[in-house]
Amino acid sequence: MKPAAFDYAQPDTLGEALALMAKKGEAARICAGGQSLAAMMNMRLATPEVLIDIAGLAELQTIDIANGAIEVGAGVTQAELLAWPKLAEFQPLLAQLLPWVGHYQTRARGTVCGSLAHSDPSSELPLALALLGGDVFVRSQRGHRIINAEDFQVGMMATALEADEMIVAARFPLARPATASAFEEVAQRHGDFAIVAVGAVGNKDGVRLGVGGVADTPGVVDLTWPVADAALNDFAWSLGGADDQHATARYRRELVRRIGRRVIDEVHNALP
Amino acid sequence: MTVQGASRKKLSVSAWTRETSIDVTEGPKCWKHRFGPSLLGLHVAYWAKHENRFPSVNNSTEISQNGKWVGQSMPRVEDPTLLRGLGRFADDLPTPANACHAAFLRSPIAHGEISTIDTAAAAAMPGVVAVITGADLLQYSAPFITGVKVDAPQYALAIDRVRYVGEPVAMVLARDRYLAEDALDAIVVDYQALPPVVDPVAAVDAPALHPGTDGNVLHDRYFRYGDPEDAFATAAHVVEGTYSYPRNSCTPMECFCVIADYDPGADAFEVMANFQGPYTLHTIMARSLKVPGNRMRLKTPPFSGGSYGVKQAVFPYVVALGVAARIAGRPVKWLEDRLEHLAAATSATNRVTTLRAALDVDGRVLALDYDQLEDCGAFLRAPEPATIYRMHGNMTGAYAIENLAIHNRVVVTNKTPTGLMRGFGGPQIYFPLERLMDKAAARLGLDPLELRRRNLVPTAAMPYRTAPGALLDSGDYAGSIDRAVRDGGLAELIARRDSARAAGRMYGIGMAVVVEPSISNMGYITTLLSPEQRERSGPKNGALATATVAFDPSGAISVAVSSVPQGQGHRTVLAQVVADVFACDPGEVAVATEHDTAKDPWTIASGNYASRFAGAVAGATHTAALQLRDRLSLIAAADLNIPPEDVAYGNGRIFARGNPDNSLPLGRSAAKAHWSPLSIPDAAGAGLRETAFWNMPELAEPDEGDRINSSGAYGFIFDYCGVEVDPETYAVRIDRYVTMHDAGRLLNPMLADGQIRGGFAQGMGAALLEELCYAPDGSFQAGTLADYLAPTAMEIPELTILHDQSPSPFTPLGAKGLGEGNCMSTPVCIANAVADAVGEDLTTLPLTRSNLAEILLGEEAPESASASPSTPAPTPTLVDGHALHGSGGTLVPAAPVEVWELLLDDTKLAAVIPGCHALTMTGENAYRADVTLGVGPVKGRFVATVALQDLDAPRSLRLVGGAAGPLGTSRGEGWLTLTETEGGTQIDYTYTVQISGKVAAVGGRMMDGAARALINQFFKRLVSQVDGREVEPAQGLLARLLSWLGIGP
Amino acid sequence: MRYLEAGKRHTVRFTLNGRAVEGDAEPRLLLSDFLRQTLGAFGTHVGCEHGSCGACTIQMDGKAVRSCLLYAVQVEGKALTTVENLATPDGLNELQAAMQKHHGLQCGFCTPGILMSLTQLREEEPNADEARIRDVLSGHICRCTGYDGIVKAALDVFGDVFGKN
Ligand code: FES
Ligand code: FES
Repeated sequence: MKPAAFDYAQPDTLGEALALMAKKGEAARICAGGQSLAAMMNMRLATPEVLIDIAGLAELQTIDIANGAIEVGAGVTQAELLAWPKLAEFQPLLAQLLPWVGHYQTRARGTVCGSLAHSDPSSELPLALALLGGDVFVRSQRGHRIINAEDFQVGMMATALEADEMIVAARFPLARPATASAFEEVAQRHGDFAIVAVGAVGNKDGVRLGVGGVADTPGVVDLTWPVADAALNDFAWSLGGADDQHATARYRRELVRRIGRRVIDEVHNALP
Repeated sequence: MTVQGASRKKLSVSAWTRETSIDVTEGPKCWKHRFGPSLLGLHVAYWAKHENRFPSVNNSTEISQNGKWVGQSMPRVEDPTLLRGLGRFADDLPTPANACHAAFLRSPIAHGEISTIDTAAAAAMPGVVAVITGADLLQYSAPFITGVKVDAPQYALAIDRVRYVGEPVAMVLARDRYLAEDALDAIVVDYQALPPVVDPVAAVDAPALHPGTDGNVLHDRYFRYGDPEDAFATAAHVVEGTYSYPRNSCTPMECFCVIADYDPGADAFEVMANFQGPYTLHTIMARSLKVPGNRMRLKTPPFSGGSYGVKQAVFPYVVALGVAARIAGRPVKWLEDRLEHLAAATSATNRVTTLRAALDVDGRVLALDYDQLEDCGAFLRAPEPATIYRMHGNMTGAYAIENLAIHNRVVVTNKTPTGLMRGFGGPQIYFPLERLMDKAAARLGLDPLELRRRNLVPTAAMPYRTAPGALLDSGDYAGSIDRAVRDGGLAELIARRDSARAAGRMYGIGMAVVVEPSISNMGYITTLLSPEQRERSGPKNGALATATVAFDPSGAISVAVSSVPQGQGHRTVLAQVVADVFACDPGEVAVATEHDTAKDPWTIASGNYASRFAGAVAGATHTAALQLRDRLSLIAAADLNIPPEDVAYGNGRIFARGNPDNSLPLGRSAAKAHWSPLSIPDAAGAGLRETAFWNMPELAEPDEGDRINSSGAYGFIFDYCGVEVDPETYAVRIDRYVTMHDAGRLLNPMLADGQIRGGFAQGMGAALLEELCYAPDGSFQAGTLADYLAPTAMEIPELTILHDQSPSPFTPLGAKGLGEGNCMSTPVCIANAVADAVGEDLTTLPLTRSNLAEILLGEEAPESASASPSTPAPTPTLVDGHALHGSGGTLVPAAPVEVWELLLDDTKLAAVIPGCHALTMTGENAYRADVTLGVGPVKGRFVATVALQDLDAPRSLRLVGGAAGPLGTSRGEGWLTLTETEGGTQIDYTYTVQISGKVAAVGGRMMDGAARALINQFFKRLVSQVDGREVEPAQGLLARLLSWLGIGP
Repeated sequence: MRYLEAGKRHTVRFTLNGRAVEGDAEPRLLLSDFLRQTLGAFGTHVGCEHGSCGACTIQMDGKAVRSCLLYAVQVEGKALTTVENLATPDGLNELQAAMQKHHGLQCGFCTPGILMSLTQLREEEPNADEARIRDVLSGHICRCTGYDGIVKAALDVFGDVFGKN
């Protein structure tokens, strides 16, 4: 179980990285923390010709508050965001959800943006981005664009990124006043891929529920108080879901109803 | 959600060790007989609680201090090395500078004929030394000998046919592993798929996997003890259940490692492997390599990263690497990787058992009737079918049941061959037996514990001969249960259940009573033969253990044994044993644990398996040390000028009894044997090195009535636990777990508890999490440690360990094995508790949340009428068995004829496939395409074949095809219908696809989504194409569909 | 830009356990292989090569990371610490000694990775409680011990700011 051969590039600037991507296109793959990519490369599921390592780019290491959002640079690890002192204040959902991402040892290296770019259907961070209505700031040599969460993840492990584009920052909107959030996940073991991950954010008018692990991309629905069982049920059905060796689609949908109800209630109770 | 273990408050040391230290100056009656005269006159500090059963007949002379170390929780001498990272494991040992590295090409499919293997491209790759196929191997290798004589030969590489996913098909030898794996990707194998059979019940009537056999049932025997028919005919109650035990594995953290070399001058092999025994397999390896045993030198490293039985299965690779070294003309090394290990190393047998019990009105079990269908995977690889016979003598469990019927059938299926596994054969019988005891208790309206109590083997009957022949050596089963009930707090647990239930929670209590055999009788496997066959082949029996103890010229003590340690603390325990014999400090005893068949004593029974260490190996060491001491005493007596019987040992010195001032350092007289051999008494003999061979006379071959004492010692376990099931997620939380063990005398209680905790963790994993899953098409689905779910520190609950110590009268130190017991008791104990909590008869494992949900969830709430339609229901399929299904539709802005034309025109098709490297027509409407396809970062090169059938222009067609590449294989079918609509053509499609090989093994949870993603890409592309819009730059969209799904045109 | 071509060996320099080390590596060489085979530092073990078992865990610039998910060329200039660094000339360190005392290891194969995770955690959160310790340990698989001795060993040394051990 050893990776196929690849060129390794460690650009000194973002500009260099983008130039290289423009040149190599599909043959190149960005690596920040590599916690998913390296495993896939070791299994030869992924065989990029060039690995562009952006972990050392200082310009991507920042966590900022700007434009009403927490901007997380592409070099920021999950552990760093989790340890960011203002996280719980500015976006409690992220503080609730990040401990569920992988393990202590993989969070130390895995990045927030890398997880978004990987777009595993069971990952927590794409769910957070979708649930909070965030976006990603994308650069290429051609310029930049901002892609909304709903447009960003187009399928399982598939994003709207073009071959020459990379995420330079993810933007998670700040928690608004008089809102509450909750997150819960069911996995076989602690730290496993979620069978179902459920998050919710609400205010006095209603609640937005987001689910990962069931459909190919995170599913989000806006519901008004009081949330009817039928609405949850329809949402569960709309996600579809498939059987795999860990869980049946039926069980997944049931968890959407049940855990969905639980987090909705939690949000409701936490509202001022 | 509830996380198991997450809410625990604090840990407490929860082992109550109940031990009564009583000196019994003479062991059981057979004592003298077994050890011969050298033991006479020695005091044996014997811990017994049933001294009346081991009467003192003879007052021996006390020497001194015996028992000072044995029985102590001495910290391990191994640890300082291991904790520094200095343990020498197999992969840490030096590799010869000229060695090359092997990698295996493995079958991606469960069953198929190998049509061709093209190795030319691989052989030409940089750094490649050789590419070896089954045909090459055949020249140098004979099939593995099997216990059941059937014409189903197995070699180290597949010959002509593959029979399980992961079966080795070819081997690449290259300068390093990276290059070897590069070359694997360049080998092209053409398989003709055959229908796989995965389910053992289906296998019984399925076409034979092996052309030389008559069907898949390779062994079929009935056994009958007492008069079971009469018992069933006259019973007041008959209860019955069918249970199936799944495939799982203890998955050691260190994988297999082999370094092999061949010397053509001597026609001899030298192999280093992290093999663990049994050394019966040495003969099999040597025969397969076509050399006598003395030209197959096998060495094992000093440390092994766990085995739990599993590393027995390295033996086929020893043969593969031996042949490879012979072909390459240089040493070859192979280190198994985790994907290989999970898919193809070995597994516990999965077994379907229908068990019936006949009971009288009082709940006495009059008879049991087992119908066992054992699934050994694709081959009966040695030592199989041992799993089903290891427990043969104790199939009645801890119960006194006089009448027994057993029907054993062993089938082969398209799964990985099975082999040794901690608990070997135990969980497969205790799961049905102890589930059925609960069922019987419910039927009779009895408390499950009371029913069990009524059936226990009575203490007064020990040693007790079971109906099928086991000689249960010692124990006070009823007493142990009483103590466990009291000390473990069963009453409190019941109160917890009551209050939890009163609050509407799902809480249950389960229990299990288990007899844990240890020290396997080398003859138990011959129970599978008829008495006549046994008569012809000659008796197999015993369990010979050997150990060597020596003094070196400096007077220091060394010990060597033929039991390769895998973490049990052999060095520590043996130092304790020997230190007691010489009354010195264990730190003065050095224990070597690496083994070399060319230089170290060994027997076929050697090895570290069947829990033989404490009973047999430590016992043999004790025996060797005593023999050595007798000789040392003769030398010391001369030096001290006293009669030999007055020699005493203490504090590292040898002294005259009654006159401690007349003394010598322990090593002085010993060194003399080296430096001044002419000056020691003749009777002391030359050289102070003693090798003892220890055997058990109790381990006779099966008798003419098929009675077999399958093991030398039998421990007792009583487990109970309380569990709570989350009503929403069905997560099982173990509230409390109590395990009572009586494994005879404990040599090192701390290590004993360590073994119990480790076995418990694996048993818990088997109960709730672990399964080596196969899809019905035979594709393997648990290829990573994110898919094969071993428990972590978050899942393992607190464990209360209790001990009784009824010494075995048959082992030198009174010890029995205890490391396997919880792999036998814990799966069923937890299952019983969960069954009690949820009120359902649970008949299979593991009890994952989703599996429990399948049982507990009622009818699903339908979608409301107003909701937008979701995924359509799957369509029926022409592909056998499990498959991914899907359907959908899309609108293409072109007339049906245009679309039709595009689909059928191969040049157009090729032109619109960016990832298509080549598309060739292989027949009318049949194509072969070389494509790169994938989803996200996952990409691979595939060869796809597609045929268009049932053409109804321009309305519908059927696509049939397959794809193959290093990432795996697929085959499938699709239906397309074209309907003219206002905006163009509505294309509706359904598809069915099976995926096997690496992608299925490591990405099971992604397969369905991947299929959908590819379909979507296909139609997006099709729309773009007919629309005349710019084709998007992503590569191989249609091609991906074509080959990955095997459905494209 | 540092651009290292596939198939060629490139010199990699970093600090291992406080000492400057160097060796040649192709870009694809796993750090775990580089440590073990190139540098002969066999204390770091490999149990899965896909980031799931934790056996290969080391410290890199003050983080506990999987060495099987890193390529050797990625650690140029970094400071790495492995299990070989833990014991002092006087003997085992506190955590190691506690592991021996509580029988926190059997085969010892998972042990180096576990020691490195706990060492890193102790530097970050010296007062971590049992729940946190188990959470961090859940990134490791031990098939021998059932984790009990490991947790007890950790509890012995965590929260022990005054060095009572
Ligand atoms: S070897 Fe790195 S996590 Fe398993
Ligand atoms: S001690 Fe063997 S795997 Fe942990």
